[in-house]
Amino acid sequence: MHVVILGNGIAGITAARTLRKRDASVRITVVSGESDHHFSRPALMYVYMGHMRYRDTVPYEPGFWTKNRIELVRGWVVRIHADAHELEMDGGGRLAYDRLLIATGSVPNRFGWPGQDLDRVHGMYSVQDLLALERATPGIRTGVVVGGGLIGIELAEMLHSRGRHAILLVREDSYWRNVLPREESDMVNRAIRAHGIELRLSTELASIEDDGRGGAGAVQTATGDRIEAQFVGLTAGVRPNTTVVEASGIDIARGVRVDEQLRTSAPDVWAAGDCAHVHPSVGEPFLEQVWYTCRAQGEVAAENLLGGSRAYSRGIWFNSAKFLDIEYQVYGEIPNRPASGVKHLYWEHADGDKALRICTRDGRFIGLQTMGMRYRHRVCEAWIRDGISVDDAIAKLHLADFDPELYRRHAPAIRAGLKEVSA
Amino acid sequence: MRSTEDALFDDLHPTQASTWEEGRPDLDLATKASIAATVLGVLVVALCLIRPSFASVLGAPGLAGVALLLIGGTIGWNRGVYVPSGAGIRNDGVFFGASYRPSPATLALTLPFCGLYTVLWWSNYGTGMVFLGIPTAAAGLWAYGHAQTVRYAGSVALLLLAAWMWFGDYTPSSLDSVNPLKGGIALVDPLAMALRGSSADKWFFYTVAYTTGVSLMAVRMAFRYRHNRYHLARTASVVFWQASFGFVVPMLLSKMGQKEHYFSYFWPLKPEYLLPFNVVDNYWDGGTVARAMFLWGVMMSLVGVPVLTYLYGKRWYCSWVCGCGALAETVGDPWRQLSDKSERAWRVERWSIHGVLALIVGITVFLWTNEALGRPWMDHGRASGLFWDWYGFFIVAGFAGIVGTGFYPVLGSRIWCRFGCPQAAVLGILQRFFSRFRITTNGGQCISCGNCSTYCEMGIDVRAYAQRGDNIVRASCVGCGVCAAVCPRGVLKLENGAMGDRFEGADDPLGEMLRSLGIRPRTGDPGDR
Repeated sequence: MHVVILGNGIAGITAARTLRKRDASVRITVVSGESDHHFSRPALMYVYMGHMRYRDTVPYEPGFWTKNRIELVRGWVVRIHADAHELEMDGGGRLAYDRLLIATGSVPNRFGWPGQDLDRVHGMYSVQDLLALERATPGIRTGVVVGGGLIGIELAEMLHSRGRHAILLVREDSYWRNVLPREESDMVNRAIRAHGIELRLSTELASIEDDGRGGAGAVQTATGDRIEAQFVGLTAGVRPNTTVVEASGIDIARGVRVDEQLRTSAPDVWAAGDCAHVHPSVGEPFLEQVWYTCRAQGEVAAENLLGGSRAYSRGIWFNSAKFLDIEYQVYGEIPNRPASGVKHLYWEHADGDKALRICTRDGRFIGLQTMGMRYRHRVCEAWIRDGISVDDAIAKLHLADFDPELYRRHAPAIRAGLKEVSA
Repeated sequence: MRSTEDALFDDLHPTQASTWEEGRPDLDLATKASIAATVLGVLVVALCLIRPSFASVLGAPGLAGVALLLIGGTIGWNRGVYVPSGAGIRNDGVFFGASYRPSPATLALTLPFCGLYTVLWWSNYGTGMVFLGIPTAAAGLWAYGHAQTVRYAGSVALLLLAAWMWFGDYTPSSLDSVNPLKGGIALVDPLAMALRGSSADKWFFYTVAYTTGVSLMAVRMAFRYRHNRYHLARTASVVFWQASFGFVVPMLLSKMGQKEHYFSYFWPLKPEYLLPFNVVDNYWDGGTVARAMFLWGVMMSLVGVPVLTYLYGKRWYCSWVCGCGALAETVGDPWRQLSDKSERAWRVERWSIHGVLALIVGITVFLWTNEALGRPWMDHGRASGLFWDWYGFFIVAGFAGIVGTGFYPVLGSRIWCRFGCPQAAVLGILQRFFSRFRITTNGGQCISCGNCSTYCEMGIDVRAYAQRGDNIVRASCVGCGVCAAVCPRGVLKLENGAMGDRFEGADDPLGEMLRSLGIRPRTGDPGDR
């Protein structure tokens, strides 16, 4: 059997590895137009900041692919011929498959802003985006980054690290407020400003001005301000990359439509990762576009490609990020706005750069979120799964502490200082 | 093998470097003055080395002045660089700086180190150091793929040698008989008189330079990692051990008429502490104190090392006590990211480090057998001569010195510790199979970014374990904790805990050892290394 995987991101590569682990004889081919090898997408920022070279973001040595008999094909696919079980490549070549996994990832959102297709207007998603940013850098004095989310703050940090004036435009009245509760969001606002990055809240992009040579020269905000900028970063979220699928007659919803086993409408075709819009038999359809869920979907898809019937379920939610110097971790449910039946307990260190939030429902521990501190995944997950009481969790808080050795332990101060807040 | 993307980014490197350089914040006047003070201090030392008569003029006040320039300058310099940007991981531009790839600038840093070690052992081995030692190192590096580096090194070395002969008091014909460190020795002489009551020699100069280097670069670590108490503590610890038991204590012992003994080193890193030609003549027959020194060493080698390593991993020694570790963790820190992370390097490492261990174990067993049989094969004089001529020349001077330290800017900061040190080999075997230490991976939080692997000075591909959710249990890990510090997702934590939950092979140590040596096949998991 020949399995072709379209895309070498974390979903596609996890699927390839899982396939080989489960089956020694299946022929595996991974097709990518973006890069020769799988690399860590979240690590691209470190290449720009000089923490690493591009080659350091590549998790497997070239020999890994030959050793595990995973064939790599470099090229863009333009169409899937589902009936013929064939991929049509850019340039006319054909690649036959017995089973196909679509793992094409996502593309940055562009909301039809005037000027969004000018030179030096980019998302921060692909290797090509990073290369374009590198080539533009000598001409950048000021860069405007549109979008108050994870990629936005990273792109602002990147520009700042190279001595460029970075301005972050955030539509909401506070950073990442559609995910973070008020206090944590405020903490990040302060950190952004303390680093010398300009933060403009409640500010929307209206248009991007041409500098007269087809490149970005300035942006206009919805309130009529004009900001000169030689680079505009569009980081207002991503959407599933369905370009190839659209031309192929496979069902699309917000992404490639799949059932809970990640099967698409076409025979022998599955989809996983950012591009998949999952429609479970019970419950609401969902998109899950973070590293961990893509990894989990890649695993499920691989098992089902080999004849399994495992339903994808992401398990207890977790995520992490780093806002400049502040690390962030979340386990379980932490609503960003008041939610019925959910109580919030919050503690913040006097330094203003460490915090812990616990959410409870009916006295049960349902979620924990930290800023500037590390907590243990397995412990927090077990507490949530077992539904332990919030008092129990608070009493055992030190068991979940994952900060380095010799660090000051905050559990006693947290126990004494946790206060009920709204959200 | 370069991928298409590697080539594209390599082409952009000059642009990256220049835009980064132009975007750096301006330093304030105090910082510039501090840099000037540091440079002035170094220049005075260089001047003493070139013109020894200048050192005699300086005397004790001059030495104190140099110390003040260096200490004050280093504090001001690092303060000016690290304080304005706030506390946190500061690796911006690490791969953009000129010193981070082989270039004339790298070699301007490499050669003084290589030169120092060459000159130190000069009187022992004379021109052999030049005609055997340096080409050996060069051939090794060449084979390793640094031909370009070797060509640069060769030409810069020739230029330096010419300059030294031109400006110095030396001629080629007197190379073997002169002491090229004369000026440096004269500079530190007042300190030697005060500490141990006798004149300085080249080893005293070396120890002072070493301790100074460790202490000054520890200032950099203290500013750089001021948010991280683990790094502050381990840095303070290596400075303490180097300054006390690596320097002042042996000197005071010497002043009191005792042996100049280094309590923080044991067999097999200091093999002579357990070799009969030294033990019998100098320690066992050298009085009660000398005998106690010998017994301390035996006790540490046989009991202290296994027990402490069981409890804390090899880090208790390698990154908290050892002098070589002290140098690597302070002076070597700017180059830690240059260590080779490839599987090939790991293979070379396993053969090389265990080869040195086997060699020194063999020598020790042979010499004690010889001793027990009443020295039928060689007397102490011949044993000592042969040992120092061969092990001393190739391993101590060549491997640990010239290559181990001189090539920090080419191969990273732990070359000796990773590829050669027999003490590290012993500690590593204990750590791998009989220790509570591990680096814990925090569930599924790894995003494979590679910061951990990049900044591992031992060349461990930390990410390979972390991205599978496995704990890291590796013989070579010295527990510096930098992988955990640079991780942007809070994934890694150095811990000591129960043996059973360290890693999946904990209950089958023999099988794991056979697999790690390639004797027994791996399971075929595509995540396996």
